[in-house]
Amino acid sequence: MLKVLDSAVPVACWSCSVAHNESILFCPHCSKIQPPPGGDYFSVFGLAPRLDLDLGMLEHEFHRLSRKLHPDRFARALPNEKDWSLADTALLNDAYRTLRDPIRRTGYLLKLQGAEMGEEHSGKDRKDPSRVPADLLEEVFELNMQLEEMRMARKMGQTDPDLQADLTAAKKKFDGLLDAVDQDLRGQWKVWDEGDEAARQSAQKTMVALLDRRRYLSNLVRDVTETLGA
Amino acid sequence: MSEGRVVGIDLGTTNSLVAYMEGAAPVVIPGVDGSNLVPSVVALDPLPEGGGRPTVTVGNSARRALIETPERVIYSVKRLMGRGLSEVQSELKLFPFRLADDVEAGEVPRIQLGELKFTPPEISAYVLRQLKRNAERFFGAPVTQAVITVPAYFNDAQRQATKDAGRMAGLEVLRLVNEPTAAALAYGLDRANVGTIAVYDLGGGTFDISILKLRDGIFEVQSTNGDTHLGGDDIDNLLLTIALDEIYSEHGVDLRAHPSAVQAVRKAAIDAKIKLSTEQAAQFDIELPNGDRYQREIPRAVFEQLIEPVLERTAGPCKQAMTDAGLTPDQIDAVVMVGGSTRIPAVRQLVDDLFQLAPRGKKPHIELHPDEVVALGAAVQADILAGASTATEEMLLLDVTPLSLGIEALGGTVARIIQRNSTIPASATEHFTTGVDGQTNVAIHVVQGERELAADCRSLARFDLKGIPPMSAGLPRIEVRFLIDADGILQVSAREQRSGKAAQIEVKPTYGLSDEQVESMILESFDHAEEDFAKRLLIEARNEAETILSAVERAPESPAWQQLTGEEQAAVSAARDRLAAVKLGEDAAAIRDATLALDQATRRFAELMMEAAVTTAIRGKTMDAAGEEMGDEVTAPHPMAPAEFK
Ligand SMILES: [Zn+2]
Repeated sequence: MLKVLDSAVPVACWSCSVAHNESILFCPHCSKIQPPPGGDYFSVFGLAPRLDLDLGMLEHEFHRLSRKLHPDRFARALPNEKDWSLADTALLNDAYRTLRDPIRRTGYLLKLQGAEMGEEHSGKDRKDPSRVPADLLEEVFELNMQLEEMRMARKMGQTDPDLQADLTAAKKKFDGLLDAVDQDLRGQWKVWDEGDEAARQSAQKTMVALLDRRRYLSNLVRDVTETLGA
Repeated sequence: MSEGRVVGIDLGTTNSLVAYMEGAAPVVIPGVDGSNLVPSVVALDPLPEGGGRPTVTVGNSARRALIETPERVIYSVKRLMGRGLSEVQSELKLFPFRLADDVEAGEVPRIQLGELKFTPPEISAYVLRQLKRNAERFFGAPVTQAVITVPAYFNDAQRQATKDAGRMAGLEVLRLVNEPTAAALAYGLDRANVGTIAVYDLGGGTFDISILKLRDGIFEVQSTNGDTHLGGDDIDNLLLTIALDEIYSEHGVDLRAHPSAVQAVRKAAIDAKIKLSTEQAAQFDIELPNGDRYQREIPRAVFEQLIEPVLERTAGPCKQAMTDAGLTPDQIDAVVMVGGSTRIPAVRQLVDDLFQLAPRGKKPHIELHPDEVVALGAAVQADILAGASTATEEMLLLDVTPLSLGIEALGGTVARIIQRNSTIPASATEHFTTGVDGQTNVAIHVVQGERELAADCRSLARFDLKGIPPMSAGLPRIEVRFLIDADGILQVSAREQRSGKAAQIEVKPTYGLSDEQVESMILESFDHAEEDFAKRLLIEARNEAETILSAVERAPESPAWQQLTGEEQAAVSAARDRLAAVKLGEDAAAIRDATLALDQATRRFAELMMEAAVTTAIRGKTMDAAGEEMGDEVTAPHPMAPAEFK
């Protein structure tokens, strides 16, 4: 399980001492700001984990909570209130950034469910042939050759219109594959949000694979775009 | 806890301003000389006879020293804030000031100014202290809290250096605000608050572009980009280089060895640049030390061709900011222009093209004074922070971090943990472990930037996690939390999860001053205690009294004096005697009152004097010449203009 924040959760409000539910940002009794709650990103917005979200509602909640939590509202507050405003707002921002983006949101929910995920920021495994989706092996091999050729040509100051056209076509094809992955993902969202436990388990497995494929494809598209645009 | 006013400060490369919220409108606070702009120039007066520290002057008076004693003057110090030795060295090539001889790699570079040495934050602190004093004089009360603006693209070290400068000047910096965002606040104050706006900010030394979404008083920055090495200074330097090269090739005079001559040419270059914003041509006409004259005309077309590469460098960041925000030019509802350099017609044209304004029947917004808009916005943010103001209670600024934060991973690659354009405060939690049995330290290298290799990014700090309980390799689990606060500055905390022990962190900022160093640099001044503030008020009140008394002393010599009635003369004498007596006391308020009373009593006399003076002036000169002199006073000063060297 992903642990969002590590601060100790008090059982009682620091200000009025009335006991409260631990996953709140403000004391229901005296309205004072509380230390970051221990829940997940969804709970920051009062939501149960789900994948199909109303982004308009999410933005509205983000703005409403920002108005109450932001450090600008605590510039002259007590030192502990300042600290919690900072920590709570960071949590709110991290949560909003993650949940409003469909891919990040999916990845986050899968991690929350204990799925093993590839790391978003490790770009170095891109060249690892074992990570190439099986149905794309041949095309990827071909594409990598062309990319290498293109880079060499560039270095020599040459242009190769045929190669350029091939790469542009390849980019279009992989863009299309990306779109297909996104469509499939959306289909799985519905299954996860509405299905029973067994359906969820199977949707999770499918989504982990889809996200892997997606990461691979978008790295590839980025490489092609960079090489074409250089 | 101080509940005094919070002021907004624009600490600029060329000029600095302080502003505050007067009711529902932000207002710039003028200095003693009546000018809203304090040139960001600091000069060291001559060494006092008999020893002691020379006095430091700031602003217009410091600028006057540029020609006479250039080795005792420093300006554009913002370009040096938070920078390392090699960066400062390359920066200084075009400026007349020099690094201190004994600066070592790894420490904050110090600049030699006369016989003293100062770090860039210390220089900025002098400018800030001047602004603080202007505000205190204006309010008649101490000012201890401020919002200071920084270029949006400033990195962690540059932000920290700015905060350090505030602390040295006796200011608690409640918030650093990004300059383009501040400008948006100033513009958004009295407008229908809906839409997407871009702020194009080309100042003296930095360029920023920010794209914001405005809705119901929330100013949400979508993306920001820029170049902290690009601005009007670069344009000045282009013109300067041309002039110096031509003077050398045509007249055989190498001015580069003479700092004061270079200053004079720089001044001519700045004048030419300003003139070219409104005229089709400008002239260089400079007298050389060997008696020759360097004369040259610069047509606007030539100027525009010359500066095109500089202006073109702003296009990339603009496009990137739009891409990052997921927007196309036609989705930008308005573009706000900020900074003195946006007066250049070619800049406005470039912006028009970039955002496709003309085809959409739009124009860049220039309604607010481009030199004042950032300070005005800082005042709005100061008001938001002070709270309890109806004008700003609905407003909230949500800004972003301009640069990605990463950790150096194996092989020198960067693992990005917080992406650029993330809304701040933002945080990331990472886990680290040991590679060797019994290892008790783990070193972490944090960098800022978008490149793949750590060596190509900017080193931010090295953290040493100490006191890890000795365990088998890979067993400790150290959780490190990175948090970028609302000022855009990194905070780090760590703990070992298995033992639950908070790990000690030793932070070595790659560029920057330690807390102790900042403490030791706090400007020796009496800005802190109330009692010292009272002392200063007393000194100022006495100075003012002294000024008016010496004027009244000479009054009977004036013909205007004879025009007063006997009663009026007696009233002046009585008020004068009273002030002279009160001045000896310790009561600043009483001295002020007596000064005011004398001022009142001499009002009619002053009017008569003025009449006489104006008559003489007009009789003595042609109307044209008189008008020209007046003109100097009434036009708004250009940020790079009003140098008054003779
Ligand atoms: Zn409470």
